[in-house]
Amino acid sequence: MPRIVADWLADHVELPADLTTSRLAADLVRVGLEEEEIHPAAVTGPLVVGRVLAMTPEPQKNGKTINWCLVDVGPEHNATQIKGVDDADVPTGGARGIVCGAHNFSVGDLVVVSLPGTVLPGGFAIASRKTYGHVSDGMICSTKELGLGEDHAGILVLTEAGFDAADLTPGQDAVALLGLGDEVLEINVTPDRGYAFSYRGVAREYAHSTGASFVDPGIPTGAEPAATADGFAVEVDDDAPIDGQQGCDRFVTRIVRGIDPAAPTPAWMKRRLQGSGMRSISLAVDVTNYVMLDLGQPLHAYDLDRVAAPIVVRRAAAGERLTTLDDVDRALDGEDLLITDSPDGARGSRVLGLAGVMGGASSEVSATTSAVLVEAAHFDPVTVARTARRHKLPSEAAKRFERGVDPLLPAVAAQRVVDLLVEHGGGTPDGAVSDLDTTSPPEPVTLDVTLPSRTSGVEYSPGQVVDILEQIGCTVDGADALGVTPPTWRPDLTEPAALVEEVVRIAGYDQIPSVLLAAPGGRGLTPEQRTRRSVARALADAGLVEVLSYPFVGAQDLDALGLPADDPRRDALRLANPLAEDRPLLRTHLLVSLLETARRNVSRGIADVAVFELGLVTRPAPGAPAAPQLPVGVRPSSEDLAALAAATPDQPRRVAGVLAGDRAPAGWWGAGRPVDWADAVEAARLVADVVGVDVTVEADREHLPWHPGRCARFTVVATDGSQHTVGHAGELHPTVVEGLGLPRRTAAFELDLTALTAAASGEPVIAVPVSAFPAAKEDFALVVDADVPAADVEAAVVAGAGELVERVELFDVFTGDQVGAGRKSLAYSVRLRAADRTLTAEEVRSARDGVVAVTAERVGAVLRG
Amino acid sequence: MSAPDPSSDTPNPLDPAALDAAVDAALADVGSASDLDELKAVRIRHAGDRSPLALANRAIGALPGPDKAAAGKNVGPRRGRVNQALAARQSELEAERDARVLVEETVDVTLPVGRRPVGARHPIELIQERVADFFVGMGWEIADGPEVEAEWFNFDALNFGPDHPARQMQDTFYVDGGKNLVLRTHTSPVQARSLLERGVPLYIACPGKVFRTDALDATHTPVFHQVEGLAVDKGLTMANLVGTLDAFARAMFGPEARTRLRPSFFPFTEPSAEMDLWFPQKKGGAGWIEWGGCGMVHPNVLRAAGVDPEEYSGFAFGMGIERTLMLRHSIADMHDIVEGDVRFSTQFGTEI
Repeated sequence: MPRIVADWLADHVELPADLTTSRLAADLVRVGLEEEEIHPAAVTGPLVVGRVLAMTPEPQKNGKTINWCLVDVGPEHNATQIKGVDDADVPTGGARGIVCGAHNFSVGDLVVVSLPGTVLPGGFAIASRKTYGHVSDGMICSTKELGLGEDHAGILVLTEAGFDAADLTPGQDAVALLGLGDEVLEINVTPDRGYAFSYRGVAREYAHSTGASFVDPGIPTGAEPAATADGFAVEVDDDAPIDGQQGCDRFVTRIVRGIDPAAPTPAWMKRRLQGSGMRSISLAVDVTNYVMLDLGQPLHAYDLDRVAAPIVVRRAAAGERLTTLDDVDRALDGEDLLITDSPDGARGSRVLGLAGVMGGASSEVSATTSAVLVEAAHFDPVTVARTARRHKLPSEAAKRFERGVDPLLPAVAAQRVVDLLVEHGGGTPDGAVSDLDTTSPPEPVTLDVTLPSRTSGVEYSPGQVVDILEQIGCTVDGADALGVTPPTWRPDLTEPAALVEEVVRIAGYDQIPSVLLAAPGGRGLTPEQRTRRSVARALADAGLVEVLSYPFVGAQDLDALGLPADDPRRDALRLANPLAEDRPLLRTHLLVSLLETARRNVSRGIADVAVFELGLVTRPAPGAPAAPQLPVGVRPSSEDLAALAAATPDQPRRVAGVLAGDRAPAGWWGAGRPVDWADAVEAARLVADVVGVDVTVEADREHLPWHPGRCARFTVVATDGSQHTVGHAGELHPTVVEGLGLPRRTAAFELDLTALTAAASGEPVIAVPVSAFPAAKEDFALVVDADVPAADVEAAVVAGAGELVERVELFDVFTGDQVGAGRKSLAYSVRLRAADRTLTAEEVRSARDGVVAVTAERVGAVLRG
Repeated sequence: MSAPDPSSDTPNPLDPAALDAAVDAALADVGSASDLDELKAVRIRHAGDRSPLALANRAIGALPGPDKAAAGKNVGPRRGRVNQALAARQSELEAERDARVLVEETVDVTLPVGRRPVGARHPIELIQERVADFFVGMGWEIADGPEVEAEWFNFDALNFGPDHPARQMQDTFYVDGGKNLVLRTHTSPVQARSLLERGVPLYIACPGKVFRTDALDATHTPVFHQVEGLAVDKGLTMANLVGTLDAFARAMFGPEARTRLRPSFFPFTEPSAEMDLWFPQKKGGAGWIEWGGCGMVHPNVLRAAGVDPEEYSGFAFGMGIERTLMLRHSIADMHDIVEGDVRFSTQFGTEI
């Protein structure tokens, strides 16, 4: 995002002399240019200009040769005594002794010296140090050490870098000279404000915010030359426009000849580029970058001698390749828009670059280039955006084109490039100009003058509305229904709402009053939402801790649960771009990720873990269709909506829990109670109770990851009468538990809360009056085969006791010699009570007989004597 | 035991002095009984069937008629005094015993008593419920939507065209296989779903889980939560948006909290704004901090839901739940929120 060097901004808008970076940030944020970061000064401390007075090469044992230098760093910093140097040999006026490993400078050169106390980019603090038998009292800096370029070997010799010796004095502050001491504001430009990707646009916004006087440098002055017959031939040949938009609707070329290839970029320009976050490369490249940053027009400089007319702007053909300036060989796509030229008369046969994104290596300006072809074009934002995305090339040019560039800029910007190359490169402008222009002016938008007030709640006068729209560059006609023609640099202003935003923004968001409205009143939480809360609260009250786990899993996680190859829980959606390559799947059930969370707790030394999670899982239907791709701003048809629904996978809400270690804690009162299968079943039953659904619990002998003998399957009868499995609970399979590194006997449950909630009637409970008549209590010890489920026995007891039964409690389960092998005794306490009378002995006896008879008949029970 | 053996020495019921001696002996023994067992023995000795006064009483029957009345008057009240003294002493000794038992039963009430496991809710869930309660209290409803979402709902319905730069800035997880499905990057698709399903006027809030391809660090997580608010009705203005945000800020951060807007851009709102929150408890001192985004619903969003933007207007806003939680509870590191360490959730209990 753009960085704002204040003195550059001041070229276009009046800035107060005492403007601070934070003040500038505050002024810009008010109009919507948010502060991204304030970059601190790159260098602090005594970084000064020095003159090399003496240098003595000293070969070292390690094969290197170092230079022992005496450098004049100005009277303020020079020493009169230098350790290891006879006082007589110290130059008049003093100097500093510095060891330097580089050799690309000589006595008399003006260099940059970081004296002890300087902090260079990257926090590199300079101190006096002993090295190679000398005390080196500072450092002669390279371009790289100063953060000004990549050239590490090269000491920065100021006169070779665009500085005039007449302007330089030893001891002079080099921080200011090189622009390394400025705090720089970096702003964030939103996608609708492409014009603000330039000093031109930021200056305009600063003027809007502060009222400062602003001169727009991007408006054509009329001095830009028109196309000439001998202009460099350019043809646009777009046979595959995207959405009907030609890939290129403006292409200006200019030619400058006789440029001194060795001419340095002027120091002020380097400093401004550096401050704006760009490295200096060569004069021609620096100038195009400079004008791009200044005006917002991406530009390209070709070596004229390496481009053969005509330039043809066309889409890539199958199999074409290009090596871009970043030295990457790229396979091109049929949608990529290319700049090509025509060597040996073969029209459009050589690819020069990806239009609006990045140039190629073949036509790059080089150290010998003296004639430059300047390109200033306007490309379709969608084309550029797709190419930049496809090739992962978010270049400075692409960032601007995809947000929209002012189509009137190319001629203005090309003229600026020509002027700067002439001024600083000694070049001569060529009269040949081409300007291929098929752009059309912006369409006017009709705006009801009251809409800004009706939208914001702030009263704006019609005059104020018109005034603001004109300030931002619109032309406005009419009175009530305004005809507003947006400026060419605002392609985002295509409908009234966009104009409203401009009025409210420039008038100030701080003018909007705070008015709390009264909503018409809602229905409260839905039953499902209330149930969700009750379930979570009940589990927490039961001693489980709620956690949230990521839904990303891998096949290895499902393997760890022992799921068979054809288990439906393996039918998972896969992400195209997962964060972790080994976890590309979306969970189809909660336990897989919740077990991981439980394990993390155990590994952190928490021995007793009881965790639960509520969350959505994804259950894609095999072979589900793709979702339709539908346009923006149009209500889908009911068929389209049905297709969207059909393509969206089922995402039921589930609740799961994992319990390990002790369920009841140990303490001074005695031992803890270890978790067992029943804790998981109890928690699952609690969930069903809270939801208000009758569940049937049966043994499930094969449902991994549970223990085959200790797993309960929960089923419900839905409101339509169909029966559904809603989940499982019990002890986990010992092999799975061991594999996951969880404590032995770890138990777990998982229920489909969506299905449970759907099975709840939702009807109010119909209360049964509480009887105050006395109860009769009867106990039964029933002996049945060991494999008869207790649930069946209990059902038989209830049925046998008849309508008088109030409560049935299983108070003992007993196996042993007394009941015989393969048998078990279940002891029930049955409470009988009538609503309207005291029970007679006859009634109680009848109920008792009923229990004995029905349990004998249904489950083969024998009453134990 | 200085009293004469009552069984061998029945006092004469007509001899008041002898009777008084028996009473005195009884009262002395009652007074000196030091526990309930001793008192029981005293009762047998002085008020039992073989006690001197009982024997004297029995002897009345053998007296001649005229003496009977006098003897009765001698013996009855004296037996009454002894019984009263016994009863009083009984009460005293029982009270002493009760007090002693309570002292003996003293325990150390500072012993730890955590005999049941202690559970907790996750604060991200708790704060979402609190947010929902605020909006329900304002008469809004709470809407839910899928987390794996059709691209159309996540982007196009919200005016993000396929090539919109903002669509690229969302760091989206895409579902493999050309299904045109994504993990929703924001809760905003619920705007479009609710408008289509419920129509207008509409006042909904949607707290929920969202996904971006950010690696987990101290301030980012690929799975996080937002709350989305949407109001569509006739005549809604940005002033109503500001009023709602201010009320929400006060509900979450106390009566002094307030908000301010900065111009910004979102494809689904125009005008759009970033929203800053001011609250007194901010780490490092009261001040402003970015809290969320908001704006007036873009006409294309209304059109995509079949709502006429000429007739209806609306406002929408969204903020990060994790951010809200971190600001409100001074949580420095996102890892604590996402790792599922029970020690984190347990700090919050079941209310927030």
